[in-house]
Amino acid sequence: MAEKVSNKKIFLNPLSKDNPVIVQILGICSVLAVTAKLEPAIVMGLSVIAVLAFSNVIISLIRNTIPTNIRIIVQLVVVAGLVVIVSQLLQAYAYDVSKQLSVFIGLIITNCILMGRLEAFAMANRPWPSFLDGVGNGAGYAVILVIVGFFRELLGSGTLLGYQVVPQWCYDHGYVNNGLMILPPMALIVVACIIWVHRSINKDIE
Amino acid sequence: MNKQSNSYTIIYIIVLVVVVGAALAFTAMGLKDRQQQNADADRMRQILAAVHITPSADGVTADFERYISGQTVVDSKGAVIGSDAFAVDIAAQVKLPVDERKLPVFICTLADGDVKYILPMYGAGLWGPIWGYVALDSDAATIYGAYFAHQGETPGLGAEIEKPAFSDQFDGKTLWKEGRFMPVAVVKKGQPSPSGEDYVDGISGGTITSKGVSAMLSDCLRPYESYLLTLRSK
Repeated sequence: MAEKVSNKKIFLNPLSKDNPVIVQILGICSVLAVTAKLEPAIVMGLSVIAVLAFSNVIISLIRNTIPTNIRIIVQLVVVAGLVVIVSQLLQAYAYDVSKQLSVFIGLIITNCILMGRLEAFAMANRPWPSFLDGVGNGAGYAVILVIVGFFRELLGSGTLLGYQVVPQWCYDHGYVNNGLMILPPMALIVVACIIWVHRSINKDIE
Repeated sequence: MNKQSNSYTIIYIIVLVVVVGAALAFTAMGLKDRQQQNADADRMRQILAAVHITPSADGVTADFERYISGQTVVDSKGAVIGSDAFAVDIAAQVKLPVDERKLPVFICTLADGDVKYILPMYGAGLWGPIWGYVALDSDAATIYGAYFAHQGETPGLGAEIEKPAFSDQFDGKTLWKEGRFMPVAVVKKGQPSPSGEDYVDGISGGTITSKGVSAMLSDCLRPYESYLLTLRSK
């Protein structure tokens, strides 16, 4: 990289100013898929942080040896390998979590944020900044996932992490859960609302 | 060394694939026993969930041995052809023609001495397989409890079949109507069943999964008809 960016910036930028989901609009598909409930959203966020951080470090370590014309394939092999290992470890040591996330763990491979960060950052930077970049972008993704999951579960099911939070007397007085919230289109609308709020706070992004 | 040459590229990718392949094989081999134990324990938990037993502090394996007093494997004529129901791979059996299937039955004796028959099921939801267990009272007709699970149905929609709110609807439903064998149907909320059998409400937003459950009940319970008939005549 031509200009030296501080490690702190590398870590903090993706959380807000350069957020992969609401600024770069990457990884929207998995935001739709896993946010109907809060718990899978949290575990998915953590898994993406882990996979993104480690694949960034591995690619960064071998970045000078990778032949340019097959670099995407190399990145894909590394990511796919890591995702399978994470999934195997979960099956052996956290069976319940792995059952909940079965398909979504596999979906991490196709998450555009991963390929984007590997291609744009890890291929050109040293391992430690790459690790921070991975954790930062993963966290930026996870934060949005959790916010969307929070509103969708709260308004769609009246629960949070499976616990009832909307009190029974609300239902007795005619309150009903908004079934639309648990359908995928509402994830887009919630993300759009987050982008709206975010843009009106950070006017310089546009 | 020229990093853009064809030979470098080919050697590079071969080495990479061998290294990653070895790492994956090593992980899979090393974790296999643990994963199998987890999977077995989870199946036992699911079987017990059909008779409303949640695992106690002793661990699910001990509970399984305590409550499951017998296992038997029957064929579609009702004849006993084996005794190790746990070893039968139900996913492979449902692909066979009905008269070639091995049909596992778990016989459960509850703490108060009541005998229940637990029948496994396997079918297809929207994104992948769904499966479940139905426990019948000793009259071989009334459903005592049911348990459903899925591999990857949509959370909040099809995935709701694994919630007690869905499976508890089956309690007390019957498989026999006026002497005819009719597995319970899953229908859209507020609609009557198409042919007079007992029915439960499907999941709104999870129509295909609900239909899958209905098809699975019909497909996997019908082969037991002869066996259940012999139980009823006892």
